Amino acid sequence: MATLEIHDLHVSVEAEAGPREILKGVDLTVKQGETHAIMGPNGSGKSTLAYSLAGHPKYTITGGAVTLDGEDVLEMSVDERARAGVFLAMQYPVEVPGVSVSNFLRTSATAIRGEAPKLRTWVKEVKETMQRLHMDPSFAERNVNEGFSGGEKKRHEILQLELLKPKIAILDETDSGLDVDALRIVSEGVNRVRETGEVGTLLITHYTRILRYIKPDFVHVFANGRIAESGGPELADKLEAEGYEAYVKGGVSA
Amino acid sequence: MAEAQNSPEDLRRTTVQGGPPPAGSTTAGSIAVAAESTVATRMSAPPSFDVADFPVPHGREEEWRFTPLERLRGLHDGTAVANGAGVKVAFDAPDGVTVEAVGRDDERLGTAGTPVDRVAAQAYSSFEQASVVTVPKEAVLTEPIRIAVHGEGGTAFAHQVIELGAFAEAVVVIDHTGDAVLAANVDFVLGDGAKLTVVTVQDWDDKAVHCSQHNALIGRDASFKSVVVTFGGDLVRLHPRVAYQGTGGEAELFGLYFTDRGQHHEHRLFVDHNTQHCKSNAVYKGALQGDDAHAVWIGDVLIQAAAEGTDTYEMNRNLVLTDGARVDSVPNLEIETGEIVGAGHASATGRFDDEQLFYLMARGIPEHEARRLVVRGFFAELVQQIGIDDVEARLIAKIEEELEASVA
Repeated sequence: MATLEIHDLHVSVEAEAGPREILKGVDLTVKQGETHAIMGPNGSGKSTLAYSLAGHPKYTITGGAVTLDGEDVLEMSVDERARAGVFLAMQYPVEVPGVSVSNFLRTSATAIRGEAPKLRTWVKEVKETMQRLHMDPSFAERNVNEGFSGGEKKRHEILQLELLKPKIAILDETDSGLDVDALRIVSEGVNRVRETGEVGTLLITHYTRILRYIKPDFVHVFANGRIAESGGPELADKLEAEGYEAYVKGGVSA
Repeated sequence: MAEAQNSPEDLRRTTVQGGPPPAGSTTAGSIAVAAESTVATRMSAPPSFDVADFPVPHGREEEWRFTPLERLRGLHDGTAVANGAGVKVAFDAPDGVTVEAVGRDDERLGTAGTPVDRVAAQAYSSFEQASVVTVPKEAVLTEPIRIAVHGEGGTAFAHQVIELGAFAEAVVVIDHTGDAVLAANVDFVLGDGAKLTVVTVQDWDDKAVHCSQHNALIGRDASFKSVVVTFGGDLVRLHPRVAYQGTGGEAELFGLYFTDRGQHHEHRLFVDHNTQHCKSNAVYKGALQGDDAHAVWIGDVLIQAAAEGTDTYEMNRNLVLTDGARVDSVPNLEIETGEIVGAGHASATGRFDDEQLFYLMARGIPEHEARRLVVRGFFAELVQQIGIDDVEARLIAKIEEELEASVA
């Protein structure tokens, strides 16, 4: 069973006044089949955690360890992490001019699966997955994220999640900027992947709204660069009622 | 991507500026509604066949401000002198096509256009022999005419004329290789209803300097398609120019350049809509990589008062692959009549940046493949326009080679 273990993770970014520590000792274990919601106020370091796990060059690991089934994730390049089974659905997916969605998906699936998917079954697989996400077939011919609406970008991220079938899915504020319909469609996509029982999900969000559609097994409150409190789904209800105030007093980072 | 795009509805905006381009780039465009053409008047001298009519440029002139004069090897100031070991030109033409070497007094020379800068005028004033390739009227060629221009390390001035009779159809490939300092004028004269595709490949060695003015004169209902492919040389500066001789003419101008470290590639287009009901469409795309790679694209389109029913569009896109490269892209559309079908331009310069790389790699795609994916995708629509298998294959191989070099 795939397990992602994060132990005492410290991460810094370069700032004008020198390195600034954003993650100050994160401990978390995510197992296949589990869904962990990470909730926290703006600036608490949630997204830094997501991007650090995926290997974004902007972030410097200054301490701690991350392993996937015992393998050192921090030693891997960005593409190696993806091939090892770590997937990051991004909050702000990047435009890639000149590369069509269909070409991108196939290239990616080929890299992840280690061989080119058979064309006939692949076309069918993509088409059906797009249908379930209410995406028009013409979408496949557009350039990656170019001119996409906010909702289209998120659906495209979840389309990749469904096709690439990672071991660990990190969803970075996938709910932000979505209207209720889009949120429901995107959540259904995430749930289809969860229902296979083969993915461990790290759901990073600012709002409790998405938790009505995607039921977490664990909820963690993230504040000031570390996990401040962990609990079951009931913790989300408490946050809904009381907000983050109790966690940010005295230690707010911008 | 920074983009300036215009439809006929907002033609009255006088200046269009895109969003933030990459550092070290300019992407400025303008649309002017003018009573008198400034495309002509902002040149430092009117067109002329005589080099003496042009002052020696000092570099601040509108038409020279992007060009490193010191790298022109004297083409601009009269110090470049032709020597015997200039370039070797080989023709391979199907049956029925006439290839002639003619003297300076041949009346078919210089009919498609007049030199617009000192280097083109120098070329016209200095060549000793010209080539005239004639496709007789109504001849439809099934094989391309191939003109191989190979630099032998010297300096040369050249003039070529490609003439198609009425309703003739031909494809011409002009291939530049080797090392040379070459200034040339190339005339394309299309009879009524003729169809001409010209692919010019600038695959020079690293030190070559090449300046050339292409003049297309398009007959009534004739179609001209030009595909300019530039990836070699130290300095390449081309003027693809189009004018119409009758109504119903069409011009498609495609260009593709891959500008490497230290190279200067400049393409200065001019489409003169001087008569009514003609079309033009220009699409140029370039990729740049390495320190001091510099690409310049000027897209001047003039719709004269008489050119009612004109339909024109021009676009330039640049993909900056590394830091240290520079793009200057200036589309310029000038309109003297409002009675047109359409007119627009777009210019965009984007960089292949770390975020794109991260995004693709985060989907399992290795770095070198990510770069290749983006660059091949970027050029795909233009490569397809070439329509000549061996040239396409060579171009794709060349792009791969450039990318390999950048990874290494």
